[in-house]
Amino acid sequence: MKAFRYHRPADVAEAVALLDAEPAAAYLAGGTNLVDLMKLGVQRPELLVDVTGLPLDTVEVLPGGGLRIGATVRNSDLAADPVIRREHPLLSRALLAGASGQLRNLATTAGNLLQRTRCVYFQDTGKACNKREPGTGCAARHGQNRDLAILGWSELCVATHPSDLAVALVALDAVVEAHDPGGAREIPVAELHRTPGEHPERETSLPRGALITAVRVPPLPFARRCTYLKARDRASFAFAVGSVAAALDLDGDTVRDVRLAYGAVAHRPWRAYRAEEALRGRPFTAELAAQAADAELAAARPLPHNGFKVPLIRNLTVRALTTLAGTAPR
Amino acid sequence: MSAVGREHPRLEGPDKVTGAARYAVEYPVDGVAYGWVVPAAATRGRITRVDVAPALAVPGVLDVLHHGNAPRLTPGVDDTLFLLQEPTVHYRGEYVAVVVADSLEAAREGARLVRIDYDTQPHSTVLSEHHPGLYRPDTVNPGYPTDTTDGDFDAGFAAAEVRLDATYRTPAYHNNPMEPHATTAQWRNGRLLVHDSTQGSTPVQATLAQLFGLPPEAVRVVAEHVGGGFGSKGAAKAPVVLAALAARQVDRPVRLALTRQQLFGPLGYRTPTIQRVRLGADADGRIAAICHDAISQTSGVHEFAEQTAVYTRSMYAGRHRRTTHRLARLDVPTPFWMRAPGECPGAYALESALDELASACGVDPVELRIRNDVTVDPDSGQPFSSRNLVACLREGARRFDWADRDPTPGVRRLGRWLIGTGVAGSSYPARSRAAAAAATAAPDGTFEVRINATDIGTGARTALWQVAADALEVPADRITIRIGDSDLPPAGVAGGSMGTASWSWAVIRACQGLRDRLRHVPGAAVPADGLTVEASTADEVRAQRPLARYAYGAHFVQVRVDADTGEIRVDRMLGMFAVGRVVNPSTARSQLIGGMTMGLSMALHEEGLLDERYGDWVNHDLATYHVSACADIERIEAYWLPEEDPELNPAGVKGIGEIGIVGSAAAVANAVHHATGVRVRDLPIRLDKLLDRLPAG
Ligand SMILES: Cc1cc2nc3c(=O)[nH]c(=O)nc-3n(C[C@H](O)[C@H](O)[C@H](O)COP(=O)(O)OP(=O)(O)OC[C@H]3O[C@@H](n4cnc5c(N)ncnc54)[C@H](O)[C@@H]3O)c2cc1C
Ligand code: SF4
Repeated sequence: MKAFRYHRPADVAEAVALLDAEPAAAYLAGGTNLVDLMKLGVQRPELLVDVTGLPLDTVEVLPGGGLRIGATVRNSDLAADPVIRREHPLLSRALLAGASGQLRNLATTAGNLLQRTRCVYFQDTGKACNKREPGTGCAARHGQNRDLAILGWSELCVATHPSDLAVALVALDAVVEAHDPGGAREIPVAELHRTPGEHPERETSLPRGALITAVRVPPLPFARRCTYLKARDRASFAFAVGSVAAALDLDGDTVRDVRLAYGAVAHRPWRAYRAEEALRGRPFTAELAAQAADAELAAARPLPHNGFKVPLIRNLTVRALTTLAGTAPR
Repeated sequence: MSAVGREHPRLEGPDKVTGAARYAVEYPVDGVAYGWVVPAAATRGRITRVDVAPALAVPGVLDVLHHGNAPRLTPGVDDTLFLLQEPTVHYRGEYVAVVVADSLEAAREGARLVRIDYDTQPHSTVLSEHHPGLYRPDTVNPGYPTDTTDGDFDAGFAAAEVRLDATYRTPAYHNNPMEPHATTAQWRNGRLLVHDSTQGSTPVQATLAQLFGLPPEAVRVVAEHVGGGFGSKGAAKAPVVLAALAARQVDRPVRLALTRQQLFGPLGYRTPTIQRVRLGADADGRIAAICHDAISQTSGVHEFAEQTAVYTRSMYAGRHRRTTHRLARLDVPTPFWMRAPGECPGAYALESALDELASACGVDPVELRIRNDVTVDPDSGQPFSSRNLVACLREGARRFDWADRDPTPGVRRLGRWLIGTGVAGSSYPARSRAAAAAATAAPDGTFEVRINATDIGTGARTALWQVAADALEVPADRITIRIGDSDLPPAGVAGGSMGTASWSWAVIRACQGLRDRLRHVPGAAVPADGLTVEASTADEVRAQRPLARYAYGAHFVQVRVDADTGEIRVDRMLGMFAVGRVVNPSTARSQLIGGMTMGLSMALHEEGLLDERYGDWVNHDLATYHVSACADIERIEAYWLPEEDPELNPAGVKGIGEIGIVGSAAAVANAVHHATGVRVRDLPIRLDKLLDRLPAG
């Protein structure tokens, strides 16, 4: 392993300054992703700036509703937080569907959002990967790509974002609060992650050196009528093969409002805006739910090994929405 | 009251959970250096240049061993151990260099920086029934005939009322013991001491002696605690040889432990198989013709021929029989033993085919197996020492409430779940091999029993201690048992489900001998330096009557399949076994349910995903190579019938390490078919193979 320096900054300003001063520095939170990638030689920072000592580990209720979740709140603590469970159970459900108890005890809010793809070629320095080494090619495009994207990919990269939490946050219109040398900024989670395009190595819209300090989740009146469905190859401790986060507001039979996002289908958590559009204002039926999913998935371009993700996401969408509408077979 | 048959926690349990138990690279050693392997980045070819300068420039790096400078070895029987001797690359990931450094981190960084140029050649890494290089090996592991035939299969099959012809495929499986292979090697005055993570230090001692040109007594191999092996540590493996080479080169003790990623291939794995099974039966499901043609792969380094079709030779009836094995020699690592090599993949195919035959004949699959029971081994013509397959099927069915099962597939729904049940038979050879043991009485009334057995986490140490207590006829707490050191009387590996059968035999003979001696000691006074009796079972084992000796079992499984996603969850697994006498019910149960779970894992989860462009498995960690987790099984039960078989060994045991996995995957696959009506013949059965074929709601 490459030798690196390690620093625990006293405050946000020092953390940002440290990262600014060292081109090959990285923030270290729970380390459950970064340290693995360092061992594999995929990431080789010179300096680790450990953010877990910063005072960013609380969940606050904001005046006027909404929550601010500190960047270093551990995934286990967040999932168990009584306010979260009451106001935004979707977050708890998504978190608890992910990883394992031990990992969630270490993993943090920001670390979870910024975890790297699980594309097996990305993790193996012996294989071609544009994301890891721009210009080397994408081994997954014509290789083993069952777990990878059906939406929004480019010829240069077909990876997916693996986080469950991010899918729920995108559905809830959450906003990331960050600090960088230029000052404080806010980015909707829906705009945090990019599609790969010509630059799969650029994964987020954060400026270099930006420190995520919190994630703000606005109030949502029907937040409790929500569900997170995750299909996976084994019953626990597995990334999603496909997932759906949904919240539904019905006025009688009519869809007053809806939130829908998909996981494990694209380079970013995928907010299903088209499906939402197809649902809003219409009388809810299972058929409508299916049509809405089809509207979203019309843009899907499955890879050789992952065509099944299209019907899978469609079925999960119908199940999620009919369950929330109380019309599911059970 | 006898100690055998009573539950007893593992003797070393407290040491393990408190961290006091030492594993191979945990012994404190002065001046130890660390080794890190460099895997080949080519799939087939020759090394043309090794540039070690960048690696040597890393502070702390002591040396880089490769074919150009490593100490020379004497070629032996296993060419996979002829390491760092030649520039040839046989497969991607082959260990082609070792970096030795003062610290693990420096060694790892050095390994990244070793520059190796290759002259590469085209490679072939995909097993197929159309592979042009398929050939017939001389024998299959561990020495069975390659092909067998009896009667006229083709005629019998052609004449059968009901014919089944199906091909089943299994992928590469990777053993993945909790403790990756690891060694500490030290040379002292021309003698070699290794602490190795192995399933048997007696054979490792012999192999190292041969490779390094030493008398066996100049090599000592210690394996006191071993974190599993599943067969992959059943012989000397690369790390012990590399550590010994490196320790000699740098003249310091060297530790070499592999990472999880490095386990996928070079240490052995279960070969992929392609298995065609043909069954010809009458309308009542009585098999007249049975044929099992198995294809598997081996490497260009060393031949390993999995005995995939051997299970079919002795399991069920059929006047006309044929089994064949063919191999493709590919540019891949050499496959090796993985829990029940041969029987495990073979039973998946045969027990699936039986299920298909049962459906075709409209006969209950438990009943079909009972109808095809045999009284003499169809392969050898020998009588069985005991055969309780039918009793396992009947008693398992009773406990599982199998009666009244509706055989129609794809019709039971519970909300969004499709429910189904499946059954499979199971059997595994009950063999013993020669071993030696010593028992010593001390004047204070305590005893020490010594045998170079290995406890890979199974509870073998505890079982032998229980056996010794009964043989000495003293309370067990007066006995100390010592195992896992080649300085102890020699014994075979923990493998082939032969461990307890073979070792207990020697322990009993040594203890009985000592008890006899004590009876004749004047005044029953044990001399100050103790009284020792050694025993070997070589003659007795050789003189065993020629009988067919097998353990049997039956698996019953209930699964549910999510009608929207195709996700499969296992509600219940029940295994009913006939395994001779059970020494320690709690550790026996662990072995059985462990095997059953591993079969579930094989059926639903595990799969080495080969990328043929590179020629290696791209999912090489436990996040991407899925092994079943606790949540994958809701209820798991293992039971055994009382079985007294006087033709086995003095302890009357059949071995339980492997039978749990044999047939388990088939029972799961059969249950998935019953739930969904979909027959998936290539493992693992994952949601994408079901999704578009599920019955409409
Ligand atoms: C076997 C396994 C299974 C898993 N299964 C799942 C699963 O099913 N679902 C799921 O969602 N996740 C899963 N995970 C991933 C896990 O959730 C992530 O590893 C974890 O959330 C990362 O958080 P961390 O705090 O440990 O991040 P770290 O590893 O410390 O950091 C991750 C990245 O975030 C950056 N970073 C961290 N904090 C900040 C900050 N405040 N500002 C800016 N950058 C920052 C780091 O520089 C790094 O690039 C799994 C992981 C493993 C190993
Ligand atoms: S999909 Fe993206 S991450 Fe995976 S190999 Fe291609 S470029 Fe790399």
